[in-house]
Amino acid sequence: MYVYKCISIYSPPSPSLSSLSDHHNRRLPCVPLSESNPVVHLRQTRKRRGSFVVSLSATMSACKDQDPRIHGIKTKIRVVPNFPKPGIMFQDITTLLLDPKAFKDTIDLFVERYKGKNISVVAGIEARGFIFGPPIALAIGAKFVPLRKPRKLPGEVISEEYILEYGRDCLEMHVGAVEPGDRALVVDDLIATGGTLCAAMNLLERVGAEVVECACVIELPDLKGRDRLNGKPLYILVEYH
Amino acid sequence: MFAGENGLQGDPRLKAISEAIRVVPHFPKQGIMFQDITTLLLDHKAFKDTVDIFVDRYRDMGISVVAGVEARGFMFGPSIALAIGAKFVPLRKPKKLPGEVISEAYVLEYGTDRLEMHVGAVQPGERALVIDDLIATGGTLCAAIKLLERVGAEVVECACVIGLPEAKGQCRLNGKPLYILVEPRK
Repeated sequence: MYVYKCISIYSPPSPSLSSLSDHHNRRLPCVPLSESNPVVHLRQTRKRRGSFVVSLSATMSACKDQDPRIHGIKTKIRVVPNFPKPGIMFQDITTLLLDPKAFKDTIDLFVERYKGKNISVVAGIEARGFIFGPPIALAIGAKFVPLRKPRKLPGEVISEEYILEYGRDCLEMHVGAVEPGDRALVVDDLIATGGTLCAAMNLLERVGAEVVECACVIELPDLKGRDRLNGKPLYILVEYH
Repeated sequence: MFAGENGLQGDPRLKAISEAIRVVPHFPKQGIMFQDITTLLLDHKAFKDTVDIFVDRYRDMGISVVAGVEARGFMFGPSIALAIGAKFVPLRKPKKLPGEVISEAYVLEYGTDRLEMHVGAVQPGERALVIDDLIATGGTLCAAIKLLERVGAEVVECACVIGLPEAKGQCRLNGKPLYILVEPRK
């Protein structure tokens, strides 16, 4: 079993905002340390069966308890078994949207993290990324760019293919929407295998933007999507195992 | 009704919103001058003004649910819902919503399509706002109104960023008031 402590990728350190599973696993964001971060010393100790314990030294205060808003958010997400096909436990965020306080808390958690960080573009992945992305963009002063399935965007597009379980799909972005040097946040409701997020990041990087982070409400960590993000940091609110 | 003729005469925000919308000729097919709101979303001030105008109008109307039509209604609806303290309900194309749904057919130029809403999302007696980026024939909005009324909600108004000028004279859709910010650009 992995046990992590969270660190903030921005200084000053902010409270732990990654969620806790029922077993209080905390996930360390995949963050390269830079001068802008507080100094953090990581000690890794290999335990039996290859698990790691990562701890932070005293230069960084221990993570506060999980933000109290997270529990309210997690309980509002409905799991629909066997959708779209048998064996899949679908994470339905529409029930979260029915609770104004929990929905607002969701947005606030992202806004608190990204405000004042010079994010110039929030890219949302069709279609549930369109629900969370724009409120974040509006609150942090960024433009919003929809990343869409093929043939939805009317203007000239660039397009990135990605692999599905069976076959391929494609994500498109308008030419000119994002410019070189833009600092981008990618938003979707959920990360599973990471294929769609990867395609999204590729689109943004191809036009010269810097992807600062990917942000999702839900992660399915068993699918290891985090590992497909080419080292880009991922910020999530709740995990579902 | 158009905002510029009802309460927002001469409001400079409307002009900026209109100018931020891009026209893409012959999309999705010959003859259609497609009103592209993605350029509006790139203009933070104009996008914020769009949401603010709707929020100012609806915040004191006791609206408990904002229903947004997939997919461009999703870009405007949630921000409005959050600001007025309402829930947001996505109205989606078939087979997207995972739970039990009710479904309403509507007519396209060729054929029909369906709009779906989760059972239980909206309760009888709720006051609802329907939002989409644009109203053309009104077919989709009509289906949206019907879904909400079938579960006993009251549709207070339909709100769109862009509306065809034909909507000027008759400011009602299926008997429901219609509120539009700007006309299509040429």
